[in-house]
Amino acid sequence: MKKELKIPLIKDGSVIDHITAGNAVKVLHILGIPKGTSAVVSVAMNVNSKMGKKDIVKVENRELDPQEVDKIALIAPKATINIIRDYKVAKKHKVELPDEVIGLLSCSNPTCISNAREPVKSRFKVVCKDPPKIKCYYCEREPEDIADRII
Amino acid sequence: MSSFLIKMDFKGRDIISIRDFSKKEIDFILDYANKMLIYAKGEKFEPVLRGKVLSSLFFEPSTRTRLSFETAMNRLGGRVIGFADPSGTSQKKGESLADTIRMADSYSDVIVIRHHQEGAARLAAEFADVPVINAGDGAGHHPTQCLLDLFTIRAEKKGIKNKNIVLVGDLKYGRTVHSLAHALALYGAQLTFVSPATLKMPTEVINDCKELGVEPLQTSSLDKAVKEADVLYVTRIQKERFPDPEEYNRVVGSYKINIELLKEAKKDIKIMHPLPRVTEIDPEVDKTPHAIYFKQAFNGVPVRMALLNLVLGGKL
Repeated sequence: MKKELKIPLIKDGSVIDHITAGNAVKVLHILGIPKGTSAVVSVAMNVNSKMGKKDIVKVENRELDPQEVDKIALIAPKATINIIRDYKVAKKHKVELPDEVIGLLSCSNPTCISNAREPVKSRFKVVCKDPPKIKCYYCEREPEDIADRII
Repeated sequence: MSSFLIKMDFKGRDIISIRDFSKKEIDFILDYANKMLIYAKGEKFEPVLRGKVLSSLFFEPSTRTRLSFETAMNRLGGRVIGFADPSGTSQKKGESLADTIRMADSYSDVIVIRHHQEGAARLAAEFADVPVINAGDGAGHHPTQCLLDLFTIRAEKKGIKNKNIVLVGDLKYGRTVHSLAHALALYGAQLTFVSPATLKMPTEVINDCKELGVEPLQTSSLDKAVKEADVLYVTRIQKERFPDPEEYNRVVGSYKINIELLKEAKKDIKIMHPLPRVTEIDPEVDKTPHAIYFKQAFNGVPVRMALLNLVLGGKL
């Protein structure tokens, strides 16, 4: 029996695969999608795979910058990004957290100076890449739930 | 003494957290503070920081830290500007900390800051070109207190390694004890943490000690811990750090150090306290040779003199 695809193949664009199940919407939020793009975006959640359930995001006619996509490793450390050209995988990249994440999350400490009205962006040092563990550059607090802190 | 200084360059460096310093660097600062003692006592005067200005920005109340920084600067011939209460500043008009720091940066050669929000000193360092010294940032760090504590233990107990040091009181919110536990573990002290169950040392501090090769003992019984202690480091249960006043009421007065308790202790036990104390140490203890908390407070002067001299490149 032919295997049925949950979301259709795309001709050109990007496919983010192996997103931790349930986090696809947050991934889109981190990538600023759909804001600033008119591309067709397909999302599949809780898709069965060999490694359990996962989410998948497909963005048509847009090649995402792998560096940009690395940020999603905060909530989807096993994700991969495939750049598709004419239905074929032209490039494959496994996300990897950068050493520092700026302006993407708010500190979980309400009395951290980064939560005050100061002209600075939040800044977190990555202390462990998988599983992701981060520490606020200012107050040094480690948020327990990273996904909860995404701005 | 000048050749002694050249060995390590601290000029222009920010002092934000004790964790930013290696053991070798801490040793260097403590040795240097030791050389400052005669100047700190006023027995000798060398105005090596003449012409230098310190901005003393205290957004939170302080007695010892502020006064000892001012004394330190004065003893070295420098001048101090600043405030001890932000109500008379533009902060009241809604000015950001960053802007206040920009101003102080342009008026002075070094900034000392105490602030109620964690990370404030780190932020200040981003906006200042001159060195910034953290004099306490909320429940965060207080590195100069940590250095003077180490200086005191080293002087009184002839070293830190393998000494049994008992930290007692509010180990959850107390900013001094987190930095101190790290530094003591760095020196290989034996650590015992005594606190009520709700004010236990945070897990990350315990793990940090373990990573440095020290396995701290945790207990709520002070009676047992005091018997083996070389140093009893007492902290106040700080009302201002409690988000819930009910929690404060439940634990205030949990431990009291008095003559009776000390009968069970080693003869040469030393009692330390970052001060201010409220009820946790009976004033009777002050008269005993165990009480070194006032000496500890004085040690803030040579330690802060050393730091000011080092970050400003003084030639003493």
